[in-house]
Order: sequence, then C-alpha cells, then structure tokens
Amino acid sequence: MSNLAWIFVSTLLVNNFTLVMFLGLCSFFGVTAKIETAWRLGLANTFVLLLTAVGAWVLNTYILAQTPFLRTIAFIVVIGSGVQITEMAVKKYFPVLFRQLGIYLPLITTNCAILGLALFQTSRHYNLAEALAFAIGAGLGLTLALSLMASIRERIEVADVPVIARRMGLVLVIASCLSMAFMGFAGMGSAP
Amino acid sequence: MTAVASGPPVTAPEFVPGAPPPASLAADVWRGISRENPVLVQFLGMCPTMAVTNTLANGFAMGIATLFVLVCSGLLVSLFRKYIAHEVRITAFILIIATFVTLADMILAATFPTISKALGPFMPLIVANCLLLGRAEAFAAKVGPVRAVADGFGMGMGFTLSLSLLSAIRELLGRGSLLNHDLLGPRFEPWVFMVMPPGGFLTLGIALLGLAFIIEIRRRRARRAA
Repeated sequence: MSNLAWIFVSTLLVNNFTLVMFLGLCSFFGVTAKIETAWRLGLANTFVLLLTAVGAWVLNTYILAQTPFLRTIAFIVVIGSGVQITEMAVKKYFPVLFRQLGIYLPLITTNCAILGLALFQTSRHYNLAEALAFAIGAGLGLTLALSLMASIRERIEVADVPVIARRMGLVLVIASCLSMAFMGFAGMGSAP
Repeated sequence: MTAVASGPPVTAPEFVPGAPPPASLAADVWRGISRENPVLVQFLGMCPTMAVTNTLANGFAMGIATLFVLVCSGLLVSLFRKYIAHEVRITAFILIIATFVTLADMILAATFPTISKALGPFMPLIVANCLLLGRAEAFAAKVGPVRAVADGFGMGMGFTLSLSLLSAIRELLGRGSLLNHDLLGPRFEPWVFMVMPPGGFLTLGIALLGLAFIIEIRRRRARRAA
C-alpha cells in the first residue's frame, strides 16, 4: 500500500509530468490562457490517462509480450480509439462540457503525456494497481500544473509587461520558475 | 511544381480545399528553417525540445530522427492522399507516422546504443509530436510527393537546427563541454541548473526573448525610416 501511495505522490509532485518530465507541453502552453478551460482539460486528460493505463496494461500482459516492436503502434491505436470513445460519450451525455472543450478533446490523442504514461508504465514494469496509481498521480499533476499556469497567465493579461515579453518568451520563463519550485520536492527521492 | 498524379489520371487541374499556395521547392524547404520554424516560431514539438536537449549529441540525434520521420511520412501520406477516406485520415496518418518512428527507434538502437538509451521513451514519443501530424494534415495530404518531401526536409532541418542550438547552449553552460569535449577548462564551475528541467524552459525562454528583441528593433528601425 505504501508503495502505491509513494508512486502517487512521486508522480504528482516529485516527477510532475509537465514541469519535470516535459510531457504534455503542447496543452500546457496552448490551453492555459483561461483557468476554467485549463482544469477541465486536465480532468478530461486524467480520464483518458486512466483508460490508457488499463488498456496498456492489458496489451502488455496478454498480447505484446511476444512482439515488443509493435508496442508504439499498438499503444497509439488504443489511445486514438480511447479518445474517440471519450469524445462520443462526452458528446452524448455532457453536451455542455463537450462544447466547452471543443477542439482540445480530440487533440488529447497527440498529447505526449498519454503515450508517455503507457511507455513509462511499461519500462518500469508496473502491475495494474501501480499503473492506476501512476495514472491518477499523472492526471492530477497535469491538472495542477495547467491550473497554476493558467492562474498566473490570467494575472499577466492585465499586467504591464515589456513589448518583447508579450508572447511566449515570458510564459517560458514563468514555466522555468514553476519547474524550479517543483524541483524543491526532489529531495523526497524518486519513484522505485 | 505541379502535383504528380499518383492515382487515376485527372483531366481537370487538381483542386484541394485549403491547399498551400504554389511555391518553388527552395521556398518550401526554406520556410521550415526560417519563417515557420517549428520550435522558435510555431512552438510545435515542445516535449522533445525540452526533454532531450541537455547534451548536444542527444538533441542532434532527436532532430535527425524527427527529420527522417517527417520526410518518410510526408512522402507516404502524399502518395496515398487520394485513397485515404476523409473520416479516418487522422488514424491513417498516425499509423504511418508510428511505423516510421518504430523504424527510426530500431535503427538508432542498432547504430548508437548509448544515445538510444539516453533518449529512452522519448524516441517512441516522436509519434505524439504535434509537428508530424500537423505537417501531414496541413501540407503533405494536400500536395504532390515532391513538395511534401521538400516541406518535411525543411521542417526537419529547422527542428534539428533549433534543437542543436538549444542543446549546445545547455551542454556548454551546464557541463562546460560540447560533445563530451571539455571546452571551458577545469576552472569553470558547471552551471548544473542548465542541464536540469528548469534550465530547458529558461534557455528557450531567453532565446525567444532575444528573438523578439531583434524583431522589435527591426520594426522600430523600419518605422523610423518610413
């Protein structure tokens, strides 16, 4: 049990997917202009991460043991269809949320955090329970990073910044400071 | 450059909605390196840009691997563009890309095992690089194979050059060396921060601020001249 808790905390804070492992940076820079979209996208990502963790575990255990070279292709197909299913389900049952997320929902397919989760889970030989803890930690860590960034950017919108810093440059420097803050957790060690 | 017909012969000139305007091959290549540079202008493929640029060898290898996948997938997507149904195109593109990424991964593991180990899961992660799907959807699926290859080559070169630049800065400051050759001598205290995650964000951030500064100066000078 302590092992599961450790994987969760480690993925959420010490090895935060976005700020320390550099996964899912496209949405980190692209979708963090508004805090509401940011945390909703984070939660949608968490859901897809959970689906992917289960799917990748099943594939690894029962199908891919003999053919490891098909791993990348198999994972991306599972993720693509998983996102498609999520999109259809959200469209049917939560039409309001579907309209709010818009184009960002199908774009989850090319979010490296999702494929990264499947690949890291494979290379670390996690079992199903560990993989689920890993996925929840990763998803919440992603949501945390997106919300933090969106809150800061909402404040910057109304601030008077120099002309040259009005585009991505400043955002990257802020990301660097956030990443530095998260590195403070590094003293806690790393995932087994 | 006209599109080379790869399917049934077409009598009317090919019209594809949203196709890029005709341009010379050199312009197709140059655009990816300069005005539409994937890293410094379009901010595509950020994850590998940050994650593997801690040493020049890693950054360069990632750039070349991406170049290879861009050119090959661009060629294949362009050749099959008339046979891929519109509804399943994204899945088809992703499958084509994933095939070439697997190929690049295996070639790198066979030729440079140390670099392959250092890149780790970031090599198969090229599949999820938005640059590849973006070029397939926006360019390769709408033009002939020659232009698609030229565009892939230009974008790949732009990507490789930006990654090499960033990783050279980070390795030089963070380790005092380039390609493991000690350059700054024993009295240089390595700035370890630069090879760690925040250093990646900071290096690109400062590069972008510098770029914006140059553009701003040029703009002011042009306005003063006018």
